[in-house]
Amino acid sequence: MPSALQLLWLVPALPLAGFLANGVLALRRPRAKHAVSIIGVGVLLAALALAIVIVLAFLREGTPGPLVFPYWEWMPVGDLHVTVALQLDQLSAVMLLVVTGVSSLIHVFSVGYMGEDPGYARYFAYLNLFVFFMLVLVLGASFPVMFVGWEGVGLCSYLLIGFWFNERINADAGKKAFLVNRIGDVGFLVAMLMIFAHTGSLDFQPLFAQAPKLFTPGGPGVTAITLLLFLGCTGKSAQIPLYTWLPDAMQGPTPVSALIHAATMVTAGVYLVARCNVLYALAPVASAVVAGIGALTAFFAATIALKQWDIKRVLAYSTVSQLGYMFLGVGSGAYAAGIFHLVTHAFFKALLFLGAGSVIHALHHAYHATHSRDDAQDMRNMGGLARHLPWTATLMWVATLAIAGIPPFAGFFSKDQILSAAFSLGDVHPLWYVYWLLGLLTALLTAFYMTRLMLYTFHGPNRTGERELPHLHEAPWVMTGPLVVLGALSLAGGALNVPALLRGREWLEHWLEPVTAVAARLRPGIEVPHGTEWALVIAAVAAAGLGIVAAVRLLRPEELVPARLAPAERGFARVLWKKWYVDEIYDFLFVRPLIWLSREVLWRTIDLGLIDGAGVNGAARLSRALGWIGSRLQTGQLGFYVVLFVGGVLAVLWTAVR
Amino acid sequence: MLLGPSLAVSAVLFALGVAGVLLRRNAIVIFMCVELMLNAVNLTFVALAQSLGVAGQIFVFFVMAVAAAEAAVGLAIILAIYRHKQTVDLQNINLLKG
Amino acid sequence: MSLTQLVFWTFSALAVGGAAMCITRRSPVASALWLVQTLFSLAALFVVLDAQFIAVLQVLVYAGAIMVLFLFVIMLLNVGRAGPSDLKGPAGLAVATLLGGLLFFQLLRGATPSTAGTPGGNVMAQLQQEQGIVGAVARPLFSQYLIPFEITSVLLLAAIVGAVVLAKRKL
Repeated sequence: MPSALQLLWLVPALPLAGFLANGVLALRRPRAKHAVSIIGVGVLLAALALAIVIVLAFLREGTPGPLVFPYWEWMPVGDLHVTVALQLDQLSAVMLLVVTGVSSLIHVFSVGYMGEDPGYARYFAYLNLFVFFMLVLVLGASFPVMFVGWEGVGLCSYLLIGFWFNERINADAGKKAFLVNRIGDVGFLVAMLMIFAHTGSLDFQPLFAQAPKLFTPGGPGVTAITLLLFLGCTGKSAQIPLYTWLPDAMQGPTPVSALIHAATMVTAGVYLVARCNVLYALAPVASAVVAGIGALTAFFAATIALKQWDIKRVLAYSTVSQLGYMFLGVGSGAYAAGIFHLVTHAFFKALLFLGAGSVIHALHHAYHATHSRDDAQDMRNMGGLARHLPWTATLMWVATLAIAGIPPFAGFFSKDQILSAAFSLGDVHPLWYVYWLLGLLTALLTAFYMTRLMLYTFHGPNRTGERELPHLHEAPWVMTGPLVVLGALSLAGGALNVPALLRGREWLEHWLEPVTAVAARLRPGIEVPHGTEWALVIAAVAAAGLGIVAAVRLLRPEELVPARLAPAERGFARVLWKKWYVDEIYDFLFVRPLIWLSREVLWRTIDLGLIDGAGVNGAARLSRALGWIGSRLQTGQLGFYVVLFVGGVLAVLWTAVR
Repeated sequence: MLLGPSLAVSAVLFALGVAGVLLRRNAIVIFMCVELMLNAVNLTFVALAQSLGVAGQIFVFFVMAVAAAEAAVGLAIILAIYRHKQTVDLQNINLLKG
Repeated sequence: MSLTQLVFWTFSALAVGGAAMCITRRSPVASALWLVQTLFSLAALFVVLDAQFIAVLQVLVYAGAIMVLFLFVIMLLNVGRAGPSDLKGPAGLAVATLLGGLLFFQLLRGATPSTAGTPGGNVMAQLQQEQGIVGAVARPLFSQYLIPFEITSVLLLAAIVGAVVLAKRKL
């Protein structure tokens, strides 16, 4: 085996070393900015270079099967043998490049964005740690190793969301993210245990090879396992019902939102389903659930995005919505399409977030200069910024067209394949038509709200204020450079998987075939006649176009007022603005009863009453009582002692003389 | 032949002695009831000696010797207590209390 | 009923009656004298049971010396007069009766099986015929039981010393 492949372990090890080095710097010399920048960005660029070399070596190798590199025996317990091992196959190669690539760009961007933050070293330490865990997640060769990465990225998400923890709202957001994720993780854990109970193995390669023999297709075992795994996905990838943490996660720094909550961590759920495609192919009911929840989430989140004013919230709900598309894809059996959308989404969503970061950065500077306390993230305080931030505006339009699904931008190809796959399954069950319809409507809404975002932010009259205007300017090159790269990728990324319909070579689909072959055999895709396919394509593009045009015609940016003067929303708009009151409902149904339970039952009754009262204090009281009884016996009266004596004699006689 | 009845009489005397110890307050009378118990035991020994051999009577001999010694010492103690407390009523003597 | 039995039962009744009187009299002197009566009756019983030597010892030592000592002490402490009721209250009476009764029944229960296993025959009478009344007791006393005999003398010495020390006014 060529030597480059042997260095697979080095790819995650580099960011880990970066974490350690930056961590030490954060503790000892927090102001050593240059060192932190060089180490933090350097390890990522090195990891990216190494990843490219390894994938090229893998390509040249030509082995279809996964290459597993075991390192050491972690948990040999009875029948369970968990080894720390990394796996390189077509799917993990794709993820590897996406993670290292997009992470590198965001690290570079962060140098500019976080340059003046006192926690600079800590930030890069956490960011490096996150990349390490994400790489462990995508390169893991077994469920436990993947779970280490799964939990690790959750931890880093918490650390980075609550990065500015001095403010209560940021710390709360971090906690919310971690706790909601944990609920999903229970599903993952139980699924892991069930897999082991059914099959005795937790390693991917042998498990997926044997799965068709070990599980009854459509049986309760594999359905339960896949549904529980999906519960973990709803937590990590923010689907219904566990998506509520993602909008709150926008409290963290914008590059964090771009990296973790757009491009990489939230896609872990999609990766998991794609990785376990054999299991999902064996459980069509579960796959339908996956697709259904994906479609529903996509539509639901898009409706909320229509009425959000915070620019990052719009993008957060957009992420939830696009993740729904990805799950619709993998739920329909179109695993390659889902992964394709994952990749293209990473490009344009990261671009959107980083662009929003540029805007926020500019507004912050302006408000700082004029000592204003206005919200730098509220779109009602923006407007007409295309004049001041031309590069950012142009690149964000590229991303908007990509996400809307306008050809030839990247999003068009990926979204279209997913919708076709969903529609094709309508032959099996009419419910799939509903999913397709939801997806189509979501495309319309996506185009609408993204255009809304662009109109309110970059066009129309400026609402930031007369005194702030001179301070608004484009971001430095260290921030705009990565935007350009991502813009190019959003434009050209579609080339990865041009469908046969358009005389493309479907390169990604074929590349992933070794991974999806078994699933494709178990659940063969249904061919849609060319005419229908063209109709679907045109419908999708038409929906997107309609959304954009409607936004341009219906919305009136000139009627907006700055945020501090804006009236509250009314009626149905208020419901959308308040996110369909889901957070309030969850608070009422789950959080409050849980807090009540903890305070009244667990604390007051059990802890104070039982354990302290009956247990600790009770034992003391019992001792005292027994002691008091004992002291009553010491009367000093001889007659009393004699009575006891005779009583004892009687007892002895009674037992001894039989 | 008289063994059974002798043992019964001895039992009665012993029980009466115990009842007396529990009943009386005067230390000297309690002591006398203890002597009564010892005598009941002596009767048992003698009754059994009739059928089992002379060892019983030898034992009675020693019991009497010990009873004598014990009476001497015990009464000396009661005297000493009387000197301190001016009473031999056991209900008032509770130095062992606590 | 034979003469032996008649004598036995008579003196048994006297002994038990005397004991009952002893424990219930209010005056300690009365109690002591009733005890003396009980001891005498017991001595008679000893005679009936072929323990004549012991009977004499009973009269001489027990009734004659020990009880005299008791009376001396009673007189010395001047508690001989019949004081107010010396007995404990109703509670004490109940407890005493109860425990005494229980004890009596327990002892009876223990006593009855043992009588079944005794060999018949009057061993003592036989011994007395061979060695004489005193000899039957004396011979084993000075041969088999010599050491306890000697130790008893030490015991008596200790008792004397102890009594003297305890009763002194000043050590």
